[in-house]
Amino acid sequence: MTRSWLFVPLALLLAFVTACGGSGPSQPASTSDAPEAGAADSPQTEDSVVNVYSARHYDTDDQVFGAFEEETGIKVHIVEGDSAALLERLRREGEESPADLFIAVDAGRLFHAEQAGIFDSVTSEILEERIPASLRHPEGLWFGLTKRARVIVYAKDRVEAGEINTYEDLADPKWQGRVLIRSSSNVYNQSLMGAMVAAHGEPAAEEWCKGLVANLARKPQGGDRDQVRAVAAGEGDVAVVNSYYLAQMIAATDKPEDQAAAAAVGIVFPNQGDRGTHVNISGAGVVRGAPHRQNAIRLLEYLTGADAQAIFAGGNKEYAVVDGYAAVPELEGFGEFQEDSVNASVFGSSGQQALRMMDRCGWR
Amino acid sequence: MVVVLVSGIIAIPILAVASRVGADTGGLWRHLASTVLSEYLRNTLWLVLGVGVSTVVLGVATAWAVTLCRFPGRSFFRWALLLPLAMPTYLSAYAYTDLLQFSGPVQSSLRSLFDWSRGDYYFPEIRSLYGAVIVLSLALSPYVYLAARAAFVEQSVCVLEVSRTLGHGPWSSFFRVALPLARPSVAVGLSLVLMETLAEFGAVDYFAVDTFATGIYRTFTMPDDHALTAAAQLAACLLLLVAVLVAAEAWSRRAARFHHTTIRHRELPSWRLSGLRGWLTSLICVVPILLGFGVPAAVFVVESWRAGDPRLDSLWHLGLRSLVLGIMAGVLALALALAVAFGRRLRPTPLSRSLARVAGIGYAIPGVVIAIGVLIPLVWLDRSLSGWSEVLFGSGLILSGSLVAVLYGYQVRFLALALGVIRTGLARIGPSIDGAARTLGRPALGMLTSVHLPMLRGSAAAAAALVFVEVIKELPATLILRPFDFDTLAVRVYQLASDERLSEASTGALAVILVGLVPVVALSHVLDRARPMGPIVSGPIEPAESEEQSEERPDGSSER
Repeated sequence: MTRSWLFVPLALLLAFVTACGGSGPSQPASTSDAPEAGAADSPQTEDSVVNVYSARHYDTDDQVFGAFEEETGIKVHIVEGDSAALLERLRREGEESPADLFIAVDAGRLFHAEQAGIFDSVTSEILEERIPASLRHPEGLWFGLTKRARVIVYAKDRVEAGEINTYEDLADPKWQGRVLIRSSSNVYNQSLMGAMVAAHGEPAAEEWCKGLVANLARKPQGGDRDQVRAVAAGEGDVAVVNSYYLAQMIAATDKPEDQAAAAAVGIVFPNQGDRGTHVNISGAGVVRGAPHRQNAIRLLEYLTGADAQAIFAGGNKEYAVVDGYAAVPELEGFGEFQEDSVNASVFGSSGQQALRMMDRCGWR
Repeated sequence: MVVVLVSGIIAIPILAVASRVGADTGGLWRHLASTVLSEYLRNTLWLVLGVGVSTVVLGVATAWAVTLCRFPGRSFFRWALLLPLAMPTYLSAYAYTDLLQFSGPVQSSLRSLFDWSRGDYYFPEIRSLYGAVIVLSLALSPYVYLAARAAFVEQSVCVLEVSRTLGHGPWSSFFRVALPLARPSVAVGLSLVLMETLAEFGAVDYFAVDTFATGIYRTFTMPDDHALTAAAQLAACLLLLVAVLVAAEAWSRRAARFHHTTIRHRELPSWRLSGLRGWLTSLICVVPILLGFGVPAAVFVVESWRAGDPRLDSLWHLGLRSLVLGIMAGVLALALALAVAFGRRLRPTPLSRSLARVAGIGYAIPGVVIAIGVLIPLVWLDRSLSGWSEVLFGSGLILSGSLVAVLYGYQVRFLALALGVIRTGLARIGPSIDGAARTLGRPALGMLTSVHLPMLRGSAAAAAALVFVEVIKELPATLILRPFDFDTLAVRVYQLASDERLSEASTGALAVILVGLVPVVALSHVLDRARPMGPIVSGPIEPAESEEQSEERPDGSSER
């Protein structure tokens, strides 16, 4: 069989491709220690590199990483992507994974990664002192980095202030055909559902879910901003959204129609009379077998510092995870509120039942 | 050998995922079956049916018109009908939703103009199954157009004339002679359309239509330990659907053969459509271009004018990377497709045939599934090589998380495109040519390179170009498989769009469209040269617009 001629161009191409891959930053650990290099190692024995798999995709994040590079000389390499996909990649790569730090959005994702054995526990006085216990894993597998509240917005011209006060109200027949919320595929809703399960138990939570679905103004669609726009346009009267989306719309000076939409709605922090408003986090954990473990911890600690939080959280209009740091003006405008203090891993862990429940109720 | 090797490598990720079918899902599968599965099935079938019918009607009608009729704007439409290829479906979906949703400018101005509020008027919901059918049909009809046009351009005039002398009118000749003869090509185009429809995620998800593809993704992202297994089983259902479609098409053709009996061609006739009929034809051609390309592109132009990407400088860099990536993947796909198609022609064995079939199925599988499938063999290979690679490169995983993984993923997903085009082209070369070449003493391989390859030049260019365009638009597999700090244009657009910042994403969207336009324009040039031979006898009906065809005969024709 002398059909090898076909392989000549192929081999050349492949060689070229591999060369490209090799010359780029995709071979991050070219002279690093074996992955076993543990916590005892001093940072000097590691390359000045940290490899991050991040499910956050905000431009301001790059700013923070840039500042970190400048301050420490440690280069941050990033793969951004969807939480579930990155997690699967981590799982496949196992101990050999080049990743040092996995940043995920939503407690449910962090819990799932923890269950998959992706994270290694970290003890850091700085992190433990700065981050409240309810927003980090008890054994240091992951740490919350930013906070967002899942709030209710209402049309100011059609709904009285005080007419809706709790998540439970959303299932009240009074709101039939007036409620807007995005798909159950979205992890924010899965965690909200998980929080309902944590608060009321499964049967009652499922009843609530059915009531909510019966009240929907339209098939769940679009993102959180779309819900705000739809309320402003009159497609529904109340909607459930994450706080930062509303804050971003208020701040969007280049998009007057978004500012107008945000101005047409009022904000309610639900359940102030009882358990408090559901708060979710984005967070990160150090990957088991991380080749640059010390650098990863350093980056984590850096991200909880005052300057970094101002951009990492503030730049995206999220709440800082560290108590006492000032929030951005848009969030200040929303006022103080009481948070649901249940540990993120509690509602994170009920995500599985929560999603099945949503399927059964017909929440698409 | 080559066939088995190449198809095997391409089939591994698909088989790796499919091997999960028997596994236990801890009740997740039962849960899906009792809640959402029927909805997935119903929506998927309607989508496939709607898109299938409308792309064939649209693609065949426009291809026939621009190939055999003369009407205002014909030479423009010939290439412009390919424009929607450059418009990714998810971008088209973004644009139309932006424009037509309840809070969008169209409905808002209607409301303020007539002082309506919600419920006072009827407006079709863009985020619906119909919306998805329309957007997908517009975006994908170029595949049928391409295939049908290639068939019409190469058809024999004599057959048409025989049909006319036997008393058939132009319409009847079209339906009873030209269309049946073009059927294998149209079927290839249609099967590409349907596979892409089945794998379509972005637009369908955005339109809130739950299909198998969105269901697979949703299941995969479930916070559940059995999520991947259940997703793989959903994917297997999808593959079953594809298999049924493919089998039905193959069965309906059965023993029919479609290659030409002669290689002598005469220039095509062209019927003049005058007056109203001509303008009506122009209108029919304008609509898919306008709706499939013009309107969404205009939305992005306006949006990027108003806001745009704050990081304009980096777009150049990303554009270049997308371009290089597209070229590499296109060339690689072409080489692999040629290897498989030639190998099958020389020595068709049952094993190579079934492997080639599995390898061609990747186009119907959502990118996420492909990406996971690609990771499985690559990580395994990396592990087995880790002793070597640590000596050579000093780190564990070499292949996974490198460009190799990305390109591998593209081949698994898009090889079907290249293969389809090459095989259609190859099928038109009658076996008598092989016989003649071998009788004249050519060895098998020499025959393929010196006889078949030149005759396939057009198909080869089309195959590489199609894969290029798809790679520029591809998102989910790139997202998962890419190396560190490796953004592409599509990734950038996704990052902004998934953060619901469509106007920032619009600049990147325009760039994706522009880069995709390059091969599309090239493709239309290839098409125009595709008529195998210049006129032997000048056409009797309307000897018009044929200068280019007589001049630009492919070099390969002298070989015959």
